[in-house]
Amino acid sequence: MAAGVAAWLPFARAAAIGWMPVANLPMPVAPAEKSKRQDELIILNVSGRRFQTWRNTLDRYPDTLLGSSEKEFFYNEETKEYFFDRDPDVFRSVLNFYRTGKLHYPRYECISSYDEELSFFGIVPEIIGDCCYEEYKDRKRENAERLMDDQEDNKDAKLPNMTFRETMWRAFENPHTSTMALVFYYVTGFFIAVSVITNVVETVPCGSVPNQKEVPCGERYTVAFFCMDTACVMIFTVEYLMRLFAAPSRYRFMRSVMSIIDVVAILPYYIGLVMTDNEDVSGAFVTLRVFRVFRIFKFSRHSQGLRILGYTLKSCASELGFLLFSLTMAIIIFATVMFYAEKGSTSSKFTSIPASFWYTIVTMTTLGYGDMVPKTIAGKIFGSICSLSGVLVIALPVPVIVSNFSRIYHQNQRADKRRAQKVQKARLARIRLSKKGSSTAFLHSKRNGLFNEVLELTHLPYKMNLSEQSSTEEEQQLSKSTSLLESQHHHLLHCLEKTTNHEFVDEQYYQQSYLEAGLQNYSSQSPSLSSQDGVTGTCCTRRSKKHHTPLPNASGPAHMPPLRHAHPRGLQELSTIHIQPLSTSRSSLNMRVDDAAPLNCQSSQITTAIISIPTPPVTTPEGDAHLPVGPAHQNVVKVSAL
Amino acid sequence: MGLVMGTFSMQSKQVNYHKDKADDDLEMTMVCHRPEGLDQLEALTNFNKRELQVLYRGFKNECPSGVVNEETFKQIYSQFFPHGDASTYAHYLFNAFDTAQSGSIKFEDFVTALSTLLRGSITEKLQWTFNLYDINRDGYINKEEMTDIVRAIYDMMGKYTYPVLKNDAPKQHVDAFFQKMDKNRDGVVTLDEFILSCQEDENIMRSLQLFENVI
Repeated sequence: MAAGVAAWLPFARAAAIGWMPVANLPMPVAPAEKSKRQDELIILNVSGRRFQTWRNTLDRYPDTLLGSSEKEFFYNEETKEYFFDRDPDVFRSVLNFYRTGKLHYPRYECISSYDEELSFFGIVPEIIGDCCYEEYKDRKRENAERLMDDQEDNKDAKLPNMTFRETMWRAFENPHTSTMALVFYYVTGFFIAVSVITNVVETVPCGSVPNQKEVPCGERYTVAFFCMDTACVMIFTVEYLMRLFAAPSRYRFMRSVMSIIDVVAILPYYIGLVMTDNEDVSGAFVTLRVFRVFRIFKFSRHSQGLRILGYTLKSCASELGFLLFSLTMAIIIFATVMFYAEKGSTSSKFTSIPASFWYTIVTMTTLGYGDMVPKTIAGKIFGSICSLSGVLVIALPVPVIVSNFSRIYHQNQRADKRRAQKVQKARLARIRLSKKGSSTAFLHSKRNGLFNEVLELTHLPYKMNLSEQSSTEEEQQLSKSTSLLESQHHHLLHCLEKTTNHEFVDEQYYQQSYLEAGLQNYSSQSPSLSSQDGVTGTCCTRRSKKHHTPLPNASGPAHMPPLRHAHPRGLQELSTIHIQPLSTSRSSLNMRVDDAAPLNCQSSQITTAIISIPTPPVTTPEGDAHLPVGPAHQNVVKVSAL
Repeated sequence: MGLVMGTFSMQSKQVNYHKDKADDDLEMTMVCHRPEGLDQLEALTNFNKRELQVLYRGFKNECPSGVVNEETFKQIYSQFFPHGDASTYAHYLFNAFDTAQSGSIKFEDFVTALSTLLRGSITEKLQWTFNLYDINRDGYINKEEMTDIVRAIYDMMGKYTYPVLKNDAPKQHVDAFFQKMDKNRDGVVTLDEFILSCQEDENIMRSLQLFENVI
């Protein structure tokens, strides 16, 4: 429950009077206020700076240092104040959290000192308000990265027990780890360069045989170029196979972009080897040689910048797409206009709209080759409009792309939102968990509170039967105090339960009961079996307990006068359930028939309550009998709520 | 190109519009309300000065502007019932607190209602509850109104209850109670019938006294 609304609890409780006239059951007793304590100011002295606040303000969060009795350790008797030897600036934020319910992170504060203060005062950083949470997480991540970088610098030593394969993979990925790796790195780089230069030089016309036209070098020194090509391809193939061998996940490696580039770089050569004899496809073979230029992309392994560039282009895809789309729109519009404008003139080069596309593109990008020019006046007018607008249309999306570029570049540098997304989910899960804590707190306190009631009502005969150890354990558990605020809130929720005659349960239990409500329809058989099972059958499993539905009914009239038919069933169940959690010995269950009598005398309140339930009696035994042994705690709640 | 220029200019106009609306909203929230003096309030209600101080501090903390509107009211009330949906009941409560039907609750309204609920006589409490149930303020509670209220109460329980909440549980609940309250069987419950039937029921009488010592 949030802090600020704690002050509104009296209002919520007063509003509960609206339920009273339609309540089914009598309301539970309100928790007594132990002492009508006036609200007092307490002084918190943090390294000399005095903060004052109401005691109630601090009590809003009982699971922190200031809200719990832990602060008594810091109490100074002489000066009657609480002294903390901590940073007063950070304490400001901490105290404001109590006052407003929101925790803020001041930007000028160092993240690690802030974290230390929060952990000292027992405050979970997850509840930092949304206004400051992004900043907090960013700073925390930077800090973590800084620590990691420091760690990595020290981590260059080779880990022991690395297999040969792992060593190789590490050598491939980080060339700086060993000299061999570095040598390999430079050698492959050199050969990539050689291969690219070879491809380029191949086409240069070099020295002509006198009576023939100039031939490219490739045809003149065929053998030399072929040997060079073969050597390069062999090196690339060996490299690829070694990487494939060393990769931890071969399938993933084969799917990666770099490996595809490798394959595309060496494939034309092998295809060429296979296909040289066949004349028909030699044309295609020539085309394949184009793919040899992909070898230049192998340089991206050697350059981090190239990789980032590729990634950035990929993520800018939408902006690039927009640029392309707007350009296409403009081109089509202007080409159409130019075509129809120039239709009239003779010997016009604008033979069709697609032919005008070329003119439009050349004009809009302000290239102006001059191979197509408009001749009519209308054509010239539209042509000039076209060139003026071309500048604008191209200039407009470009800054968008550029800014996107730089944003992604910086983002990439800091290894980014993907990790933050995961943390965001974890944070939401943690907040949900802590919120659930408040509602499960109610269920837990119900269990504790009703232990209390049941023990009070049936103290004498039962306490004798309980072992000393278990009873003291229970008492210790009960004396764990919830704050007054919590107990009042729980009382309010309890009143709501009584009004509607339904109870709050947690999700798990709800699912179970929902399923079994479905199963109830099938389980009406075999009452005789259950009656013979007797008591020992009761505690075995939940399902067998369900079969006991008819049992109390059957035995009820036999033992007691029919008028009080309802009572022994409810009371027997009460005793059964009551005993079970307190002492897990099966033998105690055998006592239930004997102890029915004394129970009747003392718990008149309970019997009255049973009768006044308006729901038909059939459902109540289902509810009573249907009590799992395992999570028996909630069942105590249910029964004694009668 | 003209299209491009056009779209850009259109967008800028929209931005201006949003800014104006934001300014208007800002102006509205600047409205502040200060309650009457402590002495007058003490005379009006059954609280003493100290209690009024505590109440006002809590009130002002959640609503710095001095008035509660329905949204804030619903949020505050829902915090106490994390399991279910308290907004419908909070809506009816809001209308009951807001006696002047002005759409916002001032501190005086708040504290007068609390005074009735916590320190008032039985008749006053029952009268207040009658006003709460009488949604359309016509002086009679008919079955639909009571069903609405009871359904709103059941909504606060949420989904995870034992036994599983059936859809007609509110209706059944109301059937039982309406018969009891509507003495002359004319289909509506008047204030007198209501007070009479509540006084007859000991449970109700006892539970009305429950919150005497809150504050």
